[in-house]
Amino acid sequence: MPTITYIDHDGGERQIEAKNGETVMETAIKNSVPGIDADCGGACACATCHVYVDEAFMEKVGQPEEMEQSMLDFAENVQSNSRLSCQITVSDELDGLKVTTPESQH
Amino acid sequence: MDLSSAENIVVIGGGQAGAQAIQSLRLFGYEGHIALVGDETALPYQRPPLSKAYMKGEMAEDRLYFKPAAWYEDNKVETLLSQRVEKLDRSAREVRLEHGGHLPYDALIIATGSRPRALPVEGMDLKNVFDLRGLADVEHIQPKMIPGQKLVIIGAGYIGLEAAAVARQLGLDVTVLEMADRVLARVTSPVISEFYQDLHKEHGVDIRLGARLDKLKGEGGTVSHAVLAGGEEIEADMVLAGIGIVPNVELAADAGLAVKDGIIVDEDARTTDPRIFAAGDCTVRPLAHYARTGRLESVHNAIEQGKLAAAAIMDKPRPNIDCPWFWSDQYDIKLQIAGLSQGHDTVVVRGDKAAKKFAAFYLKNGRLIAVDAVNSPPEFIASKKLIMTGAVIAPDRLSDTSTSMKEIAAAAA
Repeated sequence: MPTITYIDHDGGERQIEAKNGETVMETAIKNSVPGIDADCGGACACATCHVYVDEAFMEKVGQPEEMEQSMLDFAENVQSNSRLSCQITVSDELDGLKVTTPESQH
Repeated sequence: MDLSSAENIVVIGGGQAGAQAIQSLRLFGYEGHIALVGDETALPYQRPPLSKAYMKGEMAEDRLYFKPAAWYEDNKVETLLSQRVEKLDRSAREVRLEHGGHLPYDALIIATGSRPRALPVEGMDLKNVFDLRGLADVEHIQPKMIPGQKLVIIGAGYIGLEAAAVARQLGLDVTVLEMADRVLARVTSPVISEFYQDLHKEHGVDIRLGARLDKLKGEGGTVSHAVLAGGEEIEADMVLAGIGIVPNVELAADAGLAVKDGIIVDEDARTTDPRIFAAGDCTVRPLAHYARTGRLESVHNAIEQGKLAAAAIMDKPRPNIDCPWFWSDQYDIKLQIAGLSQGHDTVVVRGDKAAKKFAAFYLKNGRLIAVDAVNSPPEFIASKKLIMTGAVIAPDRLSDTSTSMKEIAAAAA
Protein backbone atom coordinates (compact mmCIF):
# COMPACT_ATOMS: atom_id res chain seq x y z
CA MET A 1 0.00 0.00 0.00
CA PRO A 2 1.34 3.45 -0.87
CA THR A 3 2.20 5.76 1.97
CA ILE A 4 1.18 9.40 1.90
CA THR A 5 2.62 12.02 4.20
CA TYR A 6 0.38 14.90 5.17
CA ILE A 7 2.15 17.94 6.54
CA ASP A 8 0.05 20.56 8.28
CA HIS A 9 0.75 24.28 8.07
CA ASP A 10 2.75 24.11 11.33
CA GLY A 11 5.02 21.42 9.90
CA GLY A 12 3.46 18.50 11.81
CA GLU A 13 3.66 15.29 9.77
CA ARG A 14 1.36 12.28 9.56
CA GLN A 15 2.18 9.19 7.52
CA ILE A 16 -0.88 7.32 6.32
CA GLU A 17 -1.15 3.98 4.54
CA ALA A 18 -3.43 4.77 1.63
CA LYS A 19 -5.57 2.49 -0.50
CA ASN A 20 -5.10 2.43 -4.25
CA GLY A 21 -8.13 3.88 -6.02
CA GLU A 22 -9.16 6.20 -3.21
CA THR A 23 -8.29 9.86 -3.43
CA VAL A 24 -5.77 11.81 -1.39
CA MET A 25 -8.76 13.67 0.08
CA GLU A 26 -10.63 10.48 1.09
CA THR A 27 -7.51 9.05 2.66
CA ALA A 28 -7.15 12.21 4.74
CA ILE A 29 -10.79 12.33 5.85
CA LYS A 30 -10.99 8.65 6.81
CA ASN A 31 -7.81 8.99 8.84
CA SER A 32 -8.89 12.26 10.45
CA VAL A 33 -6.04 14.28 9.02
CA PRO A 34 -6.83 17.88 9.94
CA GLY A 35 -6.72 20.74 7.47
CA ILE A 36 -8.94 19.26 4.75
CA ASP A 37 -12.68 19.95 4.88
CA ALA A 38 -13.92 18.35 1.65
CA ASP A 39 -17.45 19.63 2.20
CA CYS A 40 -18.83 18.26 -1.07
CA GLY A 41 -17.37 14.80 -0.49
CA GLY A 42 -15.22 14.75 -3.60
CA ALA A 43 -17.53 16.08 -6.31
CA CYS A 44 -15.10 18.84 -7.29
CA ALA A 45 -17.81 21.29 -6.28
CA CYS A 46 -16.48 23.21 -3.30
CA ALA A 47 -12.67 23.69 -3.35
CA THR A 48 -12.27 22.89 0.36
CA CYS A 49 -9.69 20.11 -0.05
CA HIS A 50 -6.85 22.29 -1.32
CA VAL A 51 -3.31 20.92 -0.78
CA TYR A 52 0.20 21.76 -1.89
CA VAL A 53 1.93 18.88 -3.65
CA ASP A 54 5.60 18.26 -2.91
CA GLU A 55 7.57 19.51 -5.91
CA ALA A 56 9.26 16.12 -6.36
CA PHE A 57 5.86 14.56 -7.10
CA MET A 58 4.40 17.25 -9.32
CA GLU A 59 5.07 15.32 -12.49
CA LYS A 60 3.65 12.03 -11.22
CA VAL A 61 0.55 13.72 -9.82
CA GLY A 62 -0.03 15.53 -13.09
CA GLN A 63 -1.85 18.70 -14.02
CA PRO A 64 -5.36 19.61 -12.90
CA GLU A 65 -8.15 19.38 -15.44
CA GLU A 66 -9.93 22.53 -16.53
CA MET A 67 -12.74 22.35 -13.97
CA GLU A 68 -10.31 21.86 -11.09
CA GLN A 69 -7.96 24.54 -12.35
CA SER A 70 -10.68 27.13 -12.51
CA MET A 71 -11.76 26.25 -8.96
CA LEU A 72 -8.17 26.54 -7.79
CA ASP A 73 -7.81 29.96 -9.37
CA PHE A 74 -10.09 31.26 -6.64
CA ALA A 75 -8.71 29.33 -3.68
CA GLU A 76 -6.93 31.27 -0.95
CA ASN A 77 -3.12 31.28 -1.06
CA VAL A 78 -2.93 29.28 -4.26
CA GLN A 79 0.54 28.30 -5.51
CA SER A 80 1.88 26.63 -8.63
CA ASN A 81 1.82 23.27 -6.76
CA SER A 82 -1.78 23.66 -5.56
CA ARG A 83 -4.22 20.82 -6.23
CA LEU A 84 -7.64 19.76 -5.02
CA SER A 85 -6.90 16.52 -3.20
CA CYS A 86 -10.25 14.98 -4.24
CA GLN A 87 -8.91 14.92 -7.79
CA ILE A 88 -5.71 12.99 -7.00
CA THR A 89 -6.22 9.23 -7.05
CA VAL A 90 -3.82 7.12 -5.03
CA SER A 91 -1.73 4.55 -6.90
CA ASP A 92 1.54 2.69 -6.29
CA GLU A 93 3.25 5.33 -8.36
CA LEU A 94 2.40 7.92 -5.72
CA ASP A 95 4.02 5.93 -2.89
CA GLY A 96 5.89 8.41 -0.72
CA LEU A 97 3.78 11.40 -1.83
CA LYS A 98 3.97 14.40 0.45
CA VAL A 99 1.25 17.04 0.53
CA THR A 100 0.95 20.10 2.74
CA THR A 101 -2.41 21.35 3.94
CA PRO A 102 -3.14 25.08 4.12
CA GLU A 103 -4.01 26.86 7.35
CA SER A 104 -7.64 27.21 6.33
CA GLN A 105 -9.89 25.96 3.52
CA HIS A 106 -12.22 28.95 3.67
CA MET B 1 -26.05 28.48 28.82
CA ASP B 2 -22.56 27.01 29.23
CA LEU B 3 -22.68 23.36 28.29
CA SER B 4 -18.95 22.79 27.90
CA SER B 5 -18.90 20.61 31.01
CA ALA B 6 -21.59 18.33 29.54
CA GLU B 7 -21.02 14.62 30.16
CA ASN B 8 -23.73 13.18 27.96
CA ILE B 9 -24.56 14.38 24.49
CA VAL B 10 -27.16 12.66 22.37
CA VAL B 11 -27.38 13.17 18.61
CA ILE B 12 -30.63 12.11 16.98
CA GLY B 13 -30.12 11.38 13.30
CA GLY B 14 -27.13 9.91 11.50
CA GLY B 15 -27.10 11.98 8.34
CA GLN B 16 -24.63 14.64 7.24
CA ALA B 17 -25.57 17.08 10.03
CA GLY B 18 -25.43 14.51 12.83
CA ALA B 19 -22.13 13.10 11.58
CA GLN B 20 -20.63 16.58 11.34
CA ALA B 21 -21.80 17.52 14.83
CA ILE B 22 -20.09 14.47 16.30
CA GLN B 23 -16.83 15.08 14.45
CA SER B 24 -16.84 18.73 15.46
CA LEU B 25 -17.58 17.94 19.11
CA ARG B 26 -14.49 15.74 19.26
CA LEU B 27 -12.45 18.29 17.32
CA PHE B 28 -13.49 21.00 19.79
CA GLY B 29 -12.25 18.82 22.64
CA TYR B 30 -15.44 17.30 24.00
CA GLU B 31 -14.43 14.21 25.99
CA GLY B 32 -17.75 13.04 27.41
CA HIS B 33 -20.13 10.40 26.14
CA ILE B 34 -21.77 10.69 22.73
CA ALA B 35 -24.71 8.56 21.65
CA LEU B 36 -25.77 8.66 18.03
CA VAL B 37 -29.26 7.37 17.34
CA GLY B 38 -30.06 6.67 13.70
CA ASP B 39 -33.02 4.92 12.11
CA GLU B 40 -31.05 3.54 9.17
CA THR B 41 -28.96 0.37 9.32
CA ALA B 42 -25.85 2.07 7.93
CA LEU B 43 -23.33 4.32 9.64
CA PRO B 44 -23.50 7.96 8.49
CA TYR B 45 -22.90 8.33 4.76
CA GLN B 46 -23.07 10.93 2.00
CA ARG B 47 -26.44 11.26 0.31
CA PRO B 48 -25.55 13.32 -2.79
CA PRO B 49 -23.94 10.41 -4.70
CA LEU B 50 -27.11 8.33 -4.26
CA SER B 51 -28.71 10.09 -7.21
CA LYS B 52 -25.40 10.51 -9.06
CA ALA B 53 -22.20 8.43 -9.21
CA TYR B 54 -23.29 5.78 -6.69
CA MET B 55 -26.61 5.17 -8.40
CA LYS B 56 -24.78 4.84 -11.68
CA GLY B 57 -22.55 2.17 -10.19
CA GLU B 58 -19.39 4.25 -10.52
CA MET B 59 -18.71 4.56 -6.81
CA ALA B 60 -18.15 1.73 -4.34
CA GLU B 61 -20.35 1.69 -1.26
CA ASP B 62 -17.46 2.02 1.19
CA ARG B 63 -16.62 5.39 -0.35
CA LEU B 64 -20.00 6.76 0.74
CA TYR B 65 -19.19 6.57 4.44
CA PHE B 66 -17.89 9.68 6.18
CA LYS B 67 -15.84 7.61 8.59
CA PRO B 68 -14.98 3.93 8.88
CA ALA B 69 -16.60 1.95 11.71
CA ALA B 70 -13.34 2.01 13.66
CA TRP B 71 -13.52 5.80 13.91
CA TYR B 72 -16.66 5.59 16.04
CA GLU B 73 -14.96 3.11 18.38
CA ASP B 74 -11.74 5.11 18.54
CA ASN B 75 -13.71 8.25 19.27
CA LYS B 76 -15.99 6.56 21.79
CA VAL B 77 -19.19 7.29 19.94
CA GLU B 78 -21.96 4.88 20.85
CA THR B 79 -23.85 4.19 17.63
CA LEU B 80 -27.44 3.09 18.10
CA LEU B 81 -28.45 2.19 14.54
CA SER B 82 -31.82 0.97 13.25
CA GLN B 83 -33.35 2.71 16.23
CA ARG B 84 -35.92 5.43 16.42
CA VAL B 85 -36.54 7.91 19.17
CA GLU B 86 -40.06 7.70 20.51
CA LYS B 87 -40.10 10.72 22.75
CA LEU B 88 -38.02 13.59 23.91
CA ASP B 89 -38.59 14.22 27.61
CA ARG B 90 -37.22 17.68 28.30
CA SER B 91 -38.09 17.80 31.99
CA ALA B 92 -36.25 14.52 32.66
CA ARG B 93 -33.60 15.50 30.05
CA GLU B 94 -33.74 12.16 28.38
CA VAL B 95 -34.49 10.61 25.04
CA ARG B 96 -36.71 7.54 25.00
CA LEU B 97 -36.07 4.92 22.36
CA GLU B 98 -38.89 3.19 20.54
CA HIS B 99 -37.67 -0.30 21.41
CA GLY B 100 -37.14 0.54 25.07
CA GLY B 101 -34.33 2.18 26.94
CA HIS B 102 -33.58 5.81 27.42
CA LEU B 103 -30.58 8.08 27.02
CA PRO B 104 -29.93 10.95 29.42
CA TYR B 105 -28.54 14.16 27.95
CA ASP B 106 -26.90 17.36 29.11
CA ALA B 107 -27.01 18.62 25.55
CA LEU B 108 -29.04 17.27 22.64
CA ILE B 109 -28.67 17.72 18.89
CA ILE B 110 -31.67 16.99 16.71
CA ALA B 111 -30.56 16.14 13.18
CA THR B 112 -33.59 14.21 12.05
CA GLY B 113 -33.44 15.46 8.48
CA SER B 114 -36.35 15.08 6.16
CA ARG B 115 -38.34 12.44 4.36
CA PRO B 116 -39.61 12.29 0.81
CA ARG B 117 -43.06 13.76 0.32
CA ALA B 118 -45.40 10.85 -0.34
CA LEU B 119 -47.12 10.65 -3.72
CA PRO B 120 -50.69 11.70 -3.02
CA VAL B 121 -52.20 9.31 -5.56
CA GLU B 122 -53.81 5.92 -5.81
CA GLY B 123 -51.27 3.21 -6.55
CA MET B 124 -48.32 4.65 -4.66
CA ASP B 125 -48.08 1.38 -2.70
CA LEU B 126 -47.61 -0.75 -5.80
CA LYS B 127 -44.41 -2.72 -6.22
CA ASN B 128 -41.57 -0.96 -8.07
CA VAL B 129 -42.66 2.49 -6.94
CA PHE B 130 -39.79 4.09 -5.06
CA ASP B 131 -38.58 7.19 -3.29
CA LEU B 132 -34.95 8.21 -3.45
CA ARG B 133 -33.57 9.34 -0.15
CA GLY B 134 -31.47 6.62 1.47
CA LEU B 135 -29.05 3.85 0.71
CA ALA B 136 -31.84 1.32 1.16
CA ASP B 137 -33.84 3.01 -1.62
CA VAL B 138 -30.94 2.71 -4.05
CA GLU B 139 -30.57 -0.96 -3.13
CA HIS B 140 -34.13 -1.48 -4.40
CA ILE B 141 -33.76 0.74 -7.46
CA GLN B 142 -30.36 -0.30 -8.75
CA PRO B 143 -31.16 -3.90 -9.75
CA LYS B 144 -33.91 -2.50 -11.98
CA MET B 145 -31.64 -0.03 -13.72
CA ILE B 146 -31.45 -2.26 -16.79
CA PRO B 147 -31.28 -1.11 -20.43
CA GLY B 148 -34.69 -0.95 -22.06
CA GLN B 149 -36.64 -0.80 -18.80
CA LYS B 150 -39.28 1.91 -18.73
CA LEU B 151 -38.78 4.39 -15.91
CA VAL B 152 -41.28 7.10 -15.06
CA ILE B 153 -40.05 9.84 -12.76
CA ILE B 154 -42.56 12.00 -10.96
CA GLY B 155 -41.20 15.49 -10.35
CA ALA B 156 -38.53 17.44 -12.23
CA GLY B 157 -36.58 18.70 -9.24
CA TYR B 158 -32.88 18.02 -8.77
CA ILE B 159 -33.36 14.47 -7.51
CA GLY B 160 -35.70 13.56 -10.34
CA LEU B 161 -33.48 15.06 -13.03
CA GLU B 162 -30.29 13.56 -11.62
CA ALA B 163 -31.95 10.14 -11.54
CA ALA B 164 -33.20 10.70 -15.10
CA ALA B 165 -29.64 11.43 -16.25
CA VAL B 166 -28.26 8.31 -14.58
CA ALA B 167 -31.06 6.14 -15.97
CA ARG B 168 -30.58 7.42 -19.51
CA GLN B 169 -26.84 6.81 -19.30
CA LEU B 170 -27.64 3.25 -18.21
CA GLY B 171 -29.94 2.80 -21.20
CA LEU B 172 -33.41 2.99 -19.68
CA ASP B 173 -36.38 4.65 -21.38
CA VAL B 174 -37.12 7.65 -19.20
CA THR B 175 -40.21 9.82 -18.91
CA VAL B 176 -40.32 12.71 -16.45
CA LEU B 177 -43.68 14.07 -15.36
CA GLU B 178 -43.71 17.61 -14.03
CA MET B 179 -46.80 19.50 -12.91
CA ALA B 180 -45.30 22.96 -13.43
CA ASP B 181 -44.72 24.48 -16.86
CA ARG B 182 -40.93 24.09 -16.52
CA VAL B 183 -38.41 21.85 -14.76
CA LEU B 184 -36.75 23.00 -11.51
CA ALA B 185 -39.52 25.60 -11.25
CA ARG B 186 -39.28 25.86 -7.47
CA VAL B 187 -35.53 26.48 -7.36
CA THR B 188 -34.38 28.32 -10.45
CA SER B 189 -35.17 30.79 -13.20
CA PRO B 190 -36.65 30.04 -16.64
CA VAL B 191 -33.26 30.37 -18.38
CA ILE B 192 -31.79 27.50 -16.36
CA SER B 193 -35.00 25.47 -16.58
CA GLU B 194 -34.95 25.76 -20.34
CA PHE B 195 -31.32 24.70 -20.49
CA TYR B 196 -32.02 21.53 -18.50
CA GLN B 197 -35.13 20.74 -20.51
CA ASP B 198 -33.07 20.92 -23.70
CA LEU B 199 -30.23 18.91 -22.14
CA HIS B 200 -32.52 16.06 -21.14
CA LYS B 201 -34.33 16.08 -24.47
CA GLU B 202 -30.97 15.88 -26.21
CA HIS B 203 -30.25 12.75 -24.17
CA GLY B 204 -33.58 11.23 -25.08
CA VAL B 205 -35.61 11.88 -21.95
CA ASP B 206 -39.31 12.45 -22.56
CA ILE B 207 -40.10 15.46 -20.37
CA ARG B 208 -43.79 16.16 -19.91
CA LEU B 209 -44.50 19.60 -18.51
CA GLY B 210 -47.84 20.61 -17.07
CA ALA B 211 -48.45 16.91 -16.53
CA ARG B 212 -50.70 16.02 -13.63
CA LEU B 213 -50.43 12.46 -12.38
CA ASP B 214 -53.85 11.01 -11.70
CA LYS B 215 -52.87 7.58 -10.43
CA LEU B 216 -50.52 4.66 -10.81
CA LYS B 217 -51.99 1.53 -12.31
CA GLY B 218 -50.73 -1.97 -11.59
CA GLU B 219 -50.85 -5.53 -12.80
CA GLY B 220 -50.70 -8.20 -10.13
CA GLY B 221 -49.59 -5.68 -7.53
CA THR B 222 -46.71 -4.32 -9.62
CA VAL B 223 -46.82 -0.91 -11.24
CA SER B 224 -47.48 -0.98 -14.98
CA HIS B 225 -48.63 2.52 -15.95
CA ALA B 226 -48.65 6.11 -14.81
CA VAL B 227 -52.02 7.59 -15.66
CA LEU B 228 -52.24 11.32 -16.38
CA ALA B 229 -55.21 13.52 -15.50
CA GLY B 230 -56.21 13.63 -19.16
CA GLY B 231 -56.39 9.83 -19.24
CA GLU B 232 -53.14 9.13 -21.08
CA GLU B 233 -51.38 6.01 -19.81
CA ILE B 234 -47.60 5.86 -19.80
CA GLU B 235 -45.99 2.43 -19.51
CA ALA B 236 -43.79 1.99 -16.45
CA ASP B 237 -41.64 -0.88 -15.19
CA MET B 238 -40.54 1.37 -12.36
CA VAL B 239 -41.69 4.69 -10.92
CA LEU B 240 -39.48 7.06 -8.96
CA ALA B 241 -41.06 9.84 -6.94
CA GLY B 242 -39.09 13.03 -6.39
CA ILE B 243 -41.67 15.58 -5.39
CA GLY B 244 -39.87 17.25 -2.53
CA ILE B 245 -39.19 16.57 1.10
CA VAL B 246 -40.94 17.06 4.43
CA PRO B 247 -38.80 18.06 7.42
CA ASN B 248 -38.88 15.63 10.34
CA VAL B 249 -40.04 17.98 13.07
CA GLU B 250 -42.48 15.79 14.97
CA LEU B 251 -40.18 14.89 17.89
CA ALA B 252 -39.32 18.54 18.45
CA ALA B 253 -42.90 19.72 18.07
CA ASP B 254 -44.23 17.07 20.46
CA ALA B 255 -41.63 18.19 23.01
CA GLY B 256 -42.92 21.75 22.81
CA LEU B 257 -40.01 23.29 20.89
CA ALA B 258 -40.88 26.11 18.50
CA VAL B 259 -41.54 24.66 15.06
CA LYS B 260 -42.73 26.24 11.85
CA ASP B 261 -42.02 24.31 8.63
CA GLY B 262 -38.84 23.31 10.47
CA ILE B 263 -37.40 23.41 13.96
CA ILE B 264 -36.70 27.06 14.68
CA VAL B 265 -33.07 27.69 15.60
CA ASP B 266 -30.91 30.77 16.15
CA GLU B 267 -27.48 31.71 14.73
CA ASP B 268 -25.88 29.02 16.90
CA ALA B 269 -28.32 26.28 15.79
CA ARG B 270 -29.92 26.44 19.23
CA THR B 271 -33.63 25.73 19.58
CA THR B 272 -35.96 27.43 22.04
CA ASP B 273 -34.57 25.06 24.71
CA PRO B 274 -31.01 26.16 25.57
CA ARG B 275 -29.82 22.57 25.93
CA ILE B 276 -31.25 21.46 22.60
CA PHE B 277 -29.78 22.19 19.17
CA ALA B 278 -31.01 21.25 15.73
CA ALA B 279 -29.08 20.98 12.47
CA GLY B 280 -29.70 20.24 8.82
CA ASP B 281 -32.82 19.82 6.68
CA CYS B 282 -35.11 19.79 9.74
CA THR B 283 -34.39 23.38 10.77
CA VAL B 284 -35.58 26.88 9.99
CA ARG B 285 -32.60 29.15 10.50
CA PRO B 286 -31.57 32.76 10.17
CA LEU B 287 -30.24 33.35 6.64
CA ALA B 288 -27.39 35.68 7.42
CA HIS B 289 -27.15 37.40 4.05
CA TYR B 290 -30.85 37.68 3.37
CA ALA B 291 -32.40 39.27 6.48
CA ARG B 292 -34.94 36.48 6.85
CA THR B 293 -35.25 32.91 8.05
CA GLY B 294 -35.63 29.81 5.95
CA ARG B 295 -35.04 26.12 5.55
CA LEU B 296 -32.04 24.99 3.51
CA GLU B 297 -31.98 21.48 2.06
CA SER B 298 -28.29 21.13 1.46
CA VAL B 299 -24.95 19.63 2.37
CA HIS B 300 -23.56 23.09 3.13
CA ASN B 301 -26.30 23.72 5.66
CA ALA B 302 -25.95 20.34 7.34
CA ILE B 303 -22.20 20.79 7.75
CA GLU B 304 -22.45 24.39 8.90
CA GLN B 305 -25.16 23.81 11.48
CA GLY B 306 -23.44 20.66 12.76
CA LYS B 307 -20.35 22.78 13.39
CA LEU B 308 -22.38 25.65 14.87
CA ALA B 309 -24.11 23.37 17.36
CA ALA B 310 -20.85 21.72 18.42
CA ALA B 311 -19.12 25.08 18.80
CA ALA B 312 -21.96 26.51 20.87
CA ILE B 313 -22.00 23.48 23.16
CA MET B 314 -18.23 23.68 23.65
CA ASP B 315 -18.31 27.46 24.10
CA LYS B 316 -16.02 27.99 21.11
CA PRO B 317 -16.13 31.01 18.78
CA ARG B 318 -18.92 30.73 16.24
CA PRO B 319 -17.61 29.19 12.99
CA ASN B 320 -17.88 31.23 9.81
CA ILE B 321 -21.31 31.45 8.24
CA ASP B 322 -20.96 30.68 4.55
CA CYS B 323 -23.13 31.80 1.69
CA PRO B 324 -25.63 28.96 1.01
CA TRP B 325 -24.38 26.72 -1.79
CA PHE B 326 -25.54 23.66 -3.68
CA TRP B 327 -24.54 21.55 -6.63
CA SER B 328 -26.06 19.11 -9.10
CA ASP B 329 -24.39 16.71 -11.54
CA GLN B 330 -26.34 15.66 -14.63
CA TYR B 331 -24.61 13.96 -17.57
CA ASP B 332 -21.34 15.87 -18.00
CA ILE B 333 -22.80 19.10 -16.67
CA LYS B 334 -21.95 20.47 -13.26
CA LEU B 335 -24.33 23.05 -11.86
CA GLN B 336 -23.01 25.02 -8.91
CA ILE B 337 -25.35 27.34 -7.09
CA ALA B 338 -24.41 30.05 -4.65
CA GLY B 339 -26.92 32.09 -2.72
CA LEU B 340 -30.71 32.13 -2.77
CA SER B 341 -32.35 33.67 -5.82
CA GLN B 342 -35.78 34.13 -4.23
CA GLY B 343 -36.90 37.76 -4.54
CA HIS B 344 -34.54 38.70 -7.39
CA ASP B 345 -35.61 41.48 -9.75
CA THR B 346 -33.01 40.98 -12.49
CA VAL B 347 -31.41 37.96 -14.18
CA VAL B 348 -28.12 38.44 -16.03
CA VAL B 349 -26.73 35.69 -18.26
CA ARG B 350 -22.99 35.43 -18.79
CA GLY B 351 -21.29 32.97 -21.12
CA ASP B 352 -22.42 30.67 -23.88
CA LYS B 353 -25.53 28.61 -23.35
CA ALA B 354 -24.98 26.65 -26.56
CA ALA B 355 -21.48 25.68 -25.38
CA LYS B 356 -23.03 24.53 -22.09
CA LYS B 357 -20.84 26.92 -20.17
CA PHE B 358 -22.72 29.87 -18.75
CA ALA B 359 -24.09 31.39 -15.59
CA ALA B 360 -27.27 33.14 -14.53
CA PHE B 361 -26.75 35.87 -11.94
CA TYR B 362 -29.63 37.05 -9.79
CA LEU B 363 -29.72 40.64 -8.60
CA LYS B 364 -32.00 42.44 -6.19
CA ASN B 365 -31.85 46.23 -6.03
CA GLY B 366 -28.54 46.01 -7.88
CA ARG B 367 -26.97 43.61 -5.38
CA LEU B 368 -25.86 40.12 -6.34
CA ILE B 369 -27.92 37.62 -4.32
CA ALA B 370 -27.38 34.32 -6.17
CA VAL B 371 -25.84 32.56 -9.16
CA ASP B 372 -26.53 29.36 -11.05
CA ALA B 373 -23.23 28.42 -12.70
CA VAL B 374 -23.28 25.77 -15.43
CA ASN B 375 -19.79 24.30 -15.95
CA SER B 376 -18.51 27.66 -14.73
CA PRO B 377 -16.62 27.36 -11.43
CA PRO B 378 -15.15 30.89 -11.52
CA GLU B 379 -18.63 32.41 -11.67
CA PHE B 380 -19.65 30.21 -8.72
CA ILE B 381 -16.68 30.80 -6.47
CA ALA B 382 -16.34 34.50 -7.15
CA SER B 383 -20.07 34.97 -6.53
CA LYS B 384 -19.96 33.19 -3.16
CA LYS B 385 -17.74 35.96 -1.88
CA LEU B 386 -19.54 38.76 -3.70
CA ILE B 387 -22.90 37.66 -2.32
CA MET B 388 -21.57 37.66 1.22
CA THR B 389 -20.28 41.20 0.90
CA GLY B 390 -23.51 42.41 -0.70
CA ALA B 391 -21.64 43.61 -3.78
CA VAL B 392 -23.39 45.91 -6.24
CA ILE B 393 -22.32 45.03 -9.79
CA ALA B 394 -23.61 46.52 -13.02
CA PRO B 395 -25.47 43.93 -15.14
CA ASP B 396 -23.55 44.78 -18.32
CA ARG B 397 -20.28 44.18 -16.49
CA LEU B 398 -21.47 40.76 -15.30
CA SER B 399 -22.52 39.73 -18.79
CA ASP B 400 -19.25 40.88 -20.39
CA THR B 401 -17.03 37.80 -20.65
CA SER B 402 -14.05 39.89 -21.75
CA THR B 403 -13.78 40.91 -18.09
CA SER B 404 -12.78 37.88 -15.98
CA MET B 405 -14.59 36.98 -12.77
CA LYS B 406 -11.31 37.66 -10.97
CA GLU B 407 -11.32 41.22 -12.24
CA ILE B 408 -14.98 41.67 -11.40
CA ALA B 409 -14.41 40.33 -7.90
CA ALA B 410 -11.33 42.48 -7.37
CA ALA B 411 -13.13 45.62 -8.51
CA ALA B 412 -16.09 44.93 -6.22
CA ALA B 413 -13.94 44.25 -3.15
